[in-house]
Amino acid sequence: MFLIRTIDFTAAGREIVRDRIVEQAGLTVGRAAECDIHLPDLAVEQHHVRIEAQPDGTLAVTALGTLGFALDGRVVSQGSIDPRTGGEIALGAARLVVAREADGSIAITISQVAADASVSGAKSDTLRGFALASVLPSKRAMSWVFAAAILLLLLAVPVASHLLRTPVKNDPTGKTPGQVVLDAAWTSGEMSLKHRSLENNCESCHVAAFESVQDETCVSCHKDTGDHAAMPRLAKGSPELSPGDAVQWRIAQGLGKEGPLGCVSCHSEHEGPVRQKAGGEAFCSDCHKDLDTRLTDTALTAAHDFGKAHPQFRPAYFASFGAAKPVRAALGASGGTKPVERSGLKFPHNVHMDARGGAARMAVSLGQYGKPLECKDCHSPTADKASFTEVKMEDACEGCHSLVSGRTAVGGFSKLRHGDVKDLAQDLARISTGPRARIGPARQRPGQLGSASPYRADFGRPVRAYIGLSNALSAGGVCTECHLPTTGPTGQADLMPVNLPDRFLTSGYFNHEAHSREKCSDCHAAGTSKAASDLLIPDLKSCRTCHLGATAVKTKKIVPSDCAMCHAYHVPSGQWQGLGSPKGPSPHYKPPPAKTAVAAKLATARP
Amino acid sequence: MASRAQGGAKNRFSQDEKRRDSDHVSFLKHRGFRWLWIALGLSLMATAGYLLIDQEPRPNGGTWYGYTLGTIGFGLIIWLSLLGVRKRRANPGAWSLKAWTSAHVYLGLSLAVVGTLHTGFQVGWNVHTLAYVLMLLVIATGIYGVVVYAALPASLSANRREMTRAQMLSALTAIDRQLENAAQPLARAEADLVIAALGQDVFGGSALARLTGRYPGCATARALSGMGGGSEAEQRVVALLEKRREQLTQIRGALRIRAMLEVWLFVHVPLTIALIAALTAHVISVFYYW
Repeated sequence: MFLIRTIDFTAAGREIVRDRIVEQAGLTVGRAAECDIHLPDLAVEQHHVRIEAQPDGTLAVTALGTLGFALDGRVVSQGSIDPRTGGEIALGAARLVVAREADGSIAITISQVAADASVSGAKSDTLRGFALASVLPSKRAMSWVFAAAILLLLLAVPVASHLLRTPVKNDPTGKTPGQVVLDAAWTSGEMSLKHRSLENNCESCHVAAFESVQDETCVSCHKDTGDHAAMPRLAKGSPELSPGDAVQWRIAQGLGKEGPLGCVSCHSEHEGPVRQKAGGEAFCSDCHKDLDTRLTDTALTAAHDFGKAHPQFRPAYFASFGAAKPVRAALGASGGTKPVERSGLKFPHNVHMDARGGAARMAVSLGQYGKPLECKDCHSPTADKASFTEVKMEDACEGCHSLVSGRTAVGGFSKLRHGDVKDLAQDLARISTGPRARIGPARQRPGQLGSASPYRADFGRPVRAYIGLSNALSAGGVCTECHLPTTGPTGQADLMPVNLPDRFLTSGYFNHEAHSREKCSDCHAAGTSKAASDLLIPDLKSCRTCHLGATAVKTKKIVPSDCAMCHAYHVPSGQWQGLGSPKGPSPHYKPPPAKTAVAAKLATARP
Repeated sequence: MASRAQGGAKNRFSQDEKRRDSDHVSFLKHRGFRWLWIALGLSLMATAGYLLIDQEPRPNGGTWYGYTLGTIGFGLIIWLSLLGVRKRRANPGAWSLKAWTSAHVYLGLSLAVVGTLHTGFQVGWNVHTLAYVLMLLVIATGIYGVVVYAALPASLSANRREMTRAQMLSALTAIDRQLENAAQPLARAEADLVIAALGQDVFGGSALARLTGRYPGCATARALSGMGGGSEAEQRVVALLEKRREQLTQIRGALRIRAMLEVWLFVHVPLTIALIAALTAHVISVFYYW
């Protein structure tokens, strides 16, 4: 038994409910008038659906034609409804809701859906809910927000504060913080160790917008850095750039770089907390292997590899007594004469260094030595370990070569001053004046003050001093043990002034500390040197027993050595240390730079 | 003449065949992986150059090779981002959208190589690394996008079980209408549970809920657990609520797959624009502080 309930609406919206009871086991639904449920809807077939009660209490719903129907929203052509849970059949605009009434009859409530919410425009609107966009902020909005934030914070703010700042003079101590806001985000890497203090002051180097760091900016702090050579000579001496480099530099110079001779072409910053590495051998040999072909007036000999092509050392020495300017010697030159150094000193190294000689015996007997003399007893290295401090007579020689002249009243010794002949003359005059020590009884006879009297000798003109001075300064005298006698401009006896250069090798750098495992005499032939006129600077050959060019194969004995091991670019005789280097003067000796680049490895791997 | 015409016809036929074939080839396999090979070649060349060219003092974006890689990368990024413009224009031909998409995917992958080599493996807290990280994120989301486009559409249609999305929604509407009727005899507390279940928007879950498929605030589930099974009306409502939950599960499954298919674009596209902004700042800042 079916209870068919039709719900209509009046024009005013009032609901009209009509009930009728159909005592049948099945119902037909369709547009045809003879159907049990007649639906005047063109979307419905004449005989569309049959609803049949099944023995198990469910209802079988079958489409009679080819057109299906919607059962609980799903389009099917056959289905089953359990009246206890109910179901909904949709046919056109009609909805047939099936449910079981309390009395056991099956109620079919027919209503018309005015406008299906899931049709046409409204439908696509609803379906939009399936897209993720319905629950997330729009991509466009997010894009605008991100892009605007990045452009504002990381571009507009630094640019504006850079353009609007009042430029200040650079602070060489690097302690002044920068004025540009947020430009720390622009750094392309950490500053070098020497420039770390400038990390927060970008505009100290990056002065003008879109302008490469200029040399004048570097020099504003680095005033003391020497030029390798005058800029026109550098330019003339440089070899022609390779086509690739030429193109690069043309582009770079078009964009304001100062060219291959500008500071930044070598001193690249933002490469991490490192120190500037010395240029490799090629850095020097690019120019110096054939410098004379471009710089025809150069005095420099071509060099490119210490083991193969390096000029003989030319130490600077004084070739004549009291010369104002040193000359350069060519060591080990074939057929050349041995350079004779006119330092004004007499000093046979061999006598002093002979472990069984008199000097050694004397040293053994003296508390301050206690053993035969060694080099370091006289020669002490300078702070940079490149050369040695001046040998002071008082410290180095006087232990044996005593200038003691007598006893003082308080029980010590008086001695002659060393260094100036005038001092010596005074000291001699003093000790030769006044009463001499008496040989006989202390009583004197009266009237002995005449010209030949002891009184005159004691208190008259210091004749004895003149004799003493003359004796000291003339050959065989105490001074000429070490000094050469000469006569002064007025003909008086004098000594040759000592004249030694501070550095013998002035265009290179030798670190004695790095060679502390060698004996001095391995390089300096002092043990066999009989005269101070021997120039004991080792020659190229002696260095080459260990040091060969950078491409040499490292062995226990051979040290591959690039140019920078001995030469520096800005100050050839030694590496520039920087103003108040926080680490103090660091050793100038630097190991050859580690080659890590694959290309460099390949280069050395090639036969 | 005739043979020529015949030849022309044959040509035309083979052309059409080729076109028909290509219409059904995935953008990944487009023209025998042409863009894969091009992208591989670009990556290998960039890597070989990086390894063989001695970059002093150390490899990064500031050497000539770094500038070269940077220029290539910049061009690639701009071109890759133009896919958004290209796909909005109907423009058949040699540069079909499929070819463009294929190139977009493979060249986008090679960009990771070019960009990484451009950095010289130097990263820091700066605009340059920001651009690099954004680029990597865009590429990573792009890779995700290609993977889900390949994997998920099958499960999307499996989940549909021959229903359209509209049908899923109208099925839910039908269940809701019945629920409303069936719930009439219920007491206040139970009726409120049904009202809550009916009132909850099926699309109301958060993006996270959509992606995980977990809806802890689901009113239908709560109504089901709160509904007693005592009276006949209550049993009916429970049965209908179970139907509703089933239907919701299907819709939520569709939502989840759809969300997984679309979520990467919500990172990919805004980060691409952010990347272009960061790239602009990167390039300008480098030359501003040259």
